[in-house]
Amino acid sequence: MIEAENITKVYGEMEVLHGVDLSVGEEDILGIIGPSGSGKSTFLRVLDLIEPPDAGELSIFDVDVVKHSDRVVELRRRMGMLFQKPIVFNTSVHENVAMGLKYRHVSKDEIDRSVKEMLEAVGLARYIRSNARNLSGGEQQRVSLARVLVTEPEILFLDEPTANLDPKSAETIERLVMRMNRDRGMTVVMNTHDMLQGQRVAKRIGVMIGGDILQVGSPREIFYAPNSTRIANFVGVDNIHDGKVLGREHGITSVEVAGTTLYVGESPPKQRDRVKVIFRGEDVTIGVGETAQTSARNVLNGTIAEVSDVAPFVYVKVDCGFPVSALVTMRSAEEMALEEGTQVWASIKASTLHLIAESEESEG
Amino acid sequence: MIKGMNEIFQDNEIIQGFIQAIELIISLDPDVIEITLRSLYVSLSATFTASLIALPLGAYIYFNEFRGKRAVINLLQTLYALPTVIVGLAVFLMLSRSGPLGFLGMLFTPQGMVVAQTILIIPLITGLTVSALSGIDREMRYTIISLGSSQLQSIVTILREARFAILAAVLLGFGRAIAEVGTVMLIGGNIRGFTRVLTTAIALNTSMGNFSFSIALGIILLSVALVVNIILNVVQGR
Repeated sequence: MIEAENITKVYGEMEVLHGVDLSVGEEDILGIIGPSGSGKSTFLRVLDLIEPPDAGELSIFDVDVVKHSDRVVELRRRMGMLFQKPIVFNTSVHENVAMGLKYRHVSKDEIDRSVKEMLEAVGLARYIRSNARNLSGGEQQRVSLARVLVTEPEILFLDEPTANLDPKSAETIERLVMRMNRDRGMTVVMNTHDMLQGQRVAKRIGVMIGGDILQVGSPREIFYAPNSTRIANFVGVDNIHDGKVLGREHGITSVEVAGTTLYVGESPPKQRDRVKVIFRGEDVTIGVGETAQTSARNVLNGTIAEVSDVAPFVYVKVDCGFPVSALVTMRSAEEMALEEGTQVWASIKASTLHLIAESEESEG
Repeated sequence: MIKGMNEIFQDNEIIQGFIQAIELIISLDPDVIEITLRSLYVSLSATFTASLIALPLGAYIYFNEFRGKRAVINLLQTLYALPTVIVGLAVFLMLSRSGPLGFLGMLFTPQGMVVAQTILIIPLITGLTVSALSGIDREMRYTIISLGSSQLQSIVTILREARFAILAAVLLGFGRAIAEVGTVMLIGGNIRGFTRVLTTAIALNTSMGNFSFSIALGIILLSVALVVNIILNVVQGR
């Protein structure tokens, strides 16, 4: 559906997109996550043909849009986009939702029928005659969504669609988008800085940082096996340590981190012995007293250096020769009476450790 | 000696003037009516003509990127405060018998006054139209485009969305035209029964010490301004 290659976009002196590559297939839901200002919105506008790229190749529905700029309106009418800020026009809700259909010269009866149906789907049928400006932000965003969906786009772009919305409106929007994907095979590309939303909605996730998409993969890959420390940082990996590969035997890789040997399930990156060892805080188990019989290969002893609340969890930083951050439920932290200075053990399964080749971007 | 209330009323020219002014208005004094209608005719015609030119011009400036666009907008904004006597002088020179447009015979006619006021308020309506359209923010333009509009459909949608702000621009233009005295005095010449309008009549009657007539016309002029303002408020509340 979408083939973007080396897309570059420049505003004045500032290059916002530096050679972005992306390919999106039919019926996909791709979530693009990344910090604010990373170029996500600009990228969507380029894909929706609102703004032309300054360089690169772009084909939508197998049409090279750089060559066939005369077909832009026709292609755009097969797509739709929902923006972060709810946008409604100063007229009735009905007129708002009808807008895209009018541009497409759909008959009046057909418009009336579709608009009514769509407003029911977003739960706003009772406001059909109201001025859209008088609705709440969440309702306005649902009007905006109805206005896009009523045109039955083959590709839907969502730019942070639920940022600053009430939970009910956010849920309505997420649910509807997922249903349109399932029932009508609508392809979805969604920007979000909400990683949980990305995980909930997206089938694949792309990480955009600093004007480039650095990795595309399943939510699982992005969260547990990021391919750079920048991504690891962004997706909230708590433990990132320098390591040295010692060897691999019986399907287990040994890596030395600050004098301690860790056992890692996956193979080391090719041709590298300097690596980053990463793992998430929620994959670390903390215990006190006798080391439990556990299948985990890595059991480290240490002293708690820091305890901080992030209800309903507690972050525990354990000094095991190198700092290990663990995420523990508040309840178990209380049961174990975890506090600064407590002697504990931390166990980490070999399968939850991930190795990143320490590349030229090691400054991250 | 202490004066009675009646004596104060009789002595005070201002209060006397007010009372007579109200009488003039209530009795629909033919002179007052005639001058008021002419004022409305001249300024409404000027506003209509100016709008025909200024609205498309404002839209053109907003929708097109060209070199010096910023400078054009700055110039328009400067001309909001265009002195009326300067416009009057310039139009006078154009329309005078020896001027390039002298053959039209429009000097000292209501038509000439319409032309002068039109020129006076074109920059104001044009500039405010550009501002009105600029009030349509970037996200809304993106939305319109992404909904699949053609270029023409985009323009129509944006104009419709800005309709109240554009109407406000037109009303402000009318307000400036009906309240000004410089051009109508120079071009019209304040000829009784022919080119005399509210503002020039006030100027003349005041200098003649005929205050009640001036006050009557002043009240009417203020009322027109008030009505325009009320409409403006309603419109801008949309």
